[in-house]
Amino acid sequence: MASLPPIDLPAGTSGEGAFDAPVAEPSREKLFDYLLRLGDDSLILGQRLSEYCGHAPSVEVDLSLANMALDLIGQATLFLDLAGEVEGKGRDGDALAFHRDVLDFRNCWLVEQPNGDFAQTMARQWLFSTWQKSLFDRLANSRDPRIAEIAAKAVKEVAYHQDLAAEWVIRLGDGTEESRRRMVDGLDWMWRFVPELFEMDGIAAEAVRCGIGVDVAAFRDDYDRRLREVIAGAGLEPPADQRPILGGRRGHHSEHLGHLLAIMQFLPRTYPDSKW
Amino acid sequence: MSKDWPLWEVFVRAKGGMAHRHVGSVHAPDAGIALRHARDTYTRRMEGVSLWVVPSAQITASDPAEDAAMFDPAMDKIYRHPTFYDIPDDVKHI
Repeated sequence: MASLPPIDLPAGTSGEGAFDAPVAEPSREKLFDYLLRLGDDSLILGQRLSEYCGHAPSVEVDLSLANMALDLIGQATLFLDLAGEVEGKGRDGDALAFHRDVLDFRNCWLVEQPNGDFAQTMARQWLFSTWQKSLFDRLANSRDPRIAEIAAKAVKEVAYHQDLAAEWVIRLGDGTEESRRRMVDGLDWMWRFVPELFEMDGIAAEAVRCGIGVDVAAFRDDYDRRLREVIAGAGLEPPADQRPILGGRRGHHSEHLGHLLAIMQFLPRTYPDSKW
Repeated sequence: MSKDWPLWEVFVRAKGGMAHRHVGSVHAPDAGIALRHARDTYTRRMEGVSLWVVPSAQITASDPAEDAAMFDPAMDKIYRHPTFYDIPDDVKHI
């Protein structure tokens, strides 16, 4: 007798227990934390890229980087506004971006790393955007329609970031002797921050269990395959694995983040509620 | 850096059915990056649905010194304009 085809279970359900068992809701605190992670990644990388405004190697590259920064800050606004709404204490995206201290930021280490030279910036962008693209592809199916909507809008922006950054990794890696050396150094600097992107802790697991978040560990192989393709296209070897650095999601950050926040938050903290 | 890169002319199609129109130029090391620079420079405000880039060096231009010989003879040939026809109101883009 032919057997029935396997049943596709919705994300976050175990397939066990009573029929029509209610799907769990994450606690308010955990959902808030999960949204901060999403928003802070985009916010901090957007601020980093903004540092290039007027300083990029050419006016065209200046615009490319500023466009990406604006995309990211737009995503951060949506995620952090939603985080404030979930938190329910009257804070909006601006309050969360400009009036939070460094230990309360939940971004990964990769995005807070300094720009370095253009190759280092592109190495960071490529490693992050490739991850964020896969993340948002899946987040667009979140059971929370507000999150799904933001991800569906942002994924098109991020697809372009990933594409542009990969093109630069290939051109610099496969360019001159100097550009190759710089890209090798840039990848080497950023490589140790990749494992953190795939870390699953209690809050991430809870978000997955409730069908709201993404199981990042599940697309690690796919990510590694994409990386290998571009690195091969650039005529480079993948950097040697280094001791991974973790902890951004728990508020442990490199010294670089404090300096970034000092510049980003100075004005709104010194002149609260100023408008111009 | 950008002065080391060749110049590319950028053409944008504003919407389907319209012709690509010259909007400006960008510096870029190759055609692929030129297309992306054109996207980032000239379509940030929803200006287009399609882009062309062409190496500026590939364009052969008329000589401004020859303007008179090139263009003046057309000036008094008004019968070449289709102005003697009535154009229906609902025909667009003419």
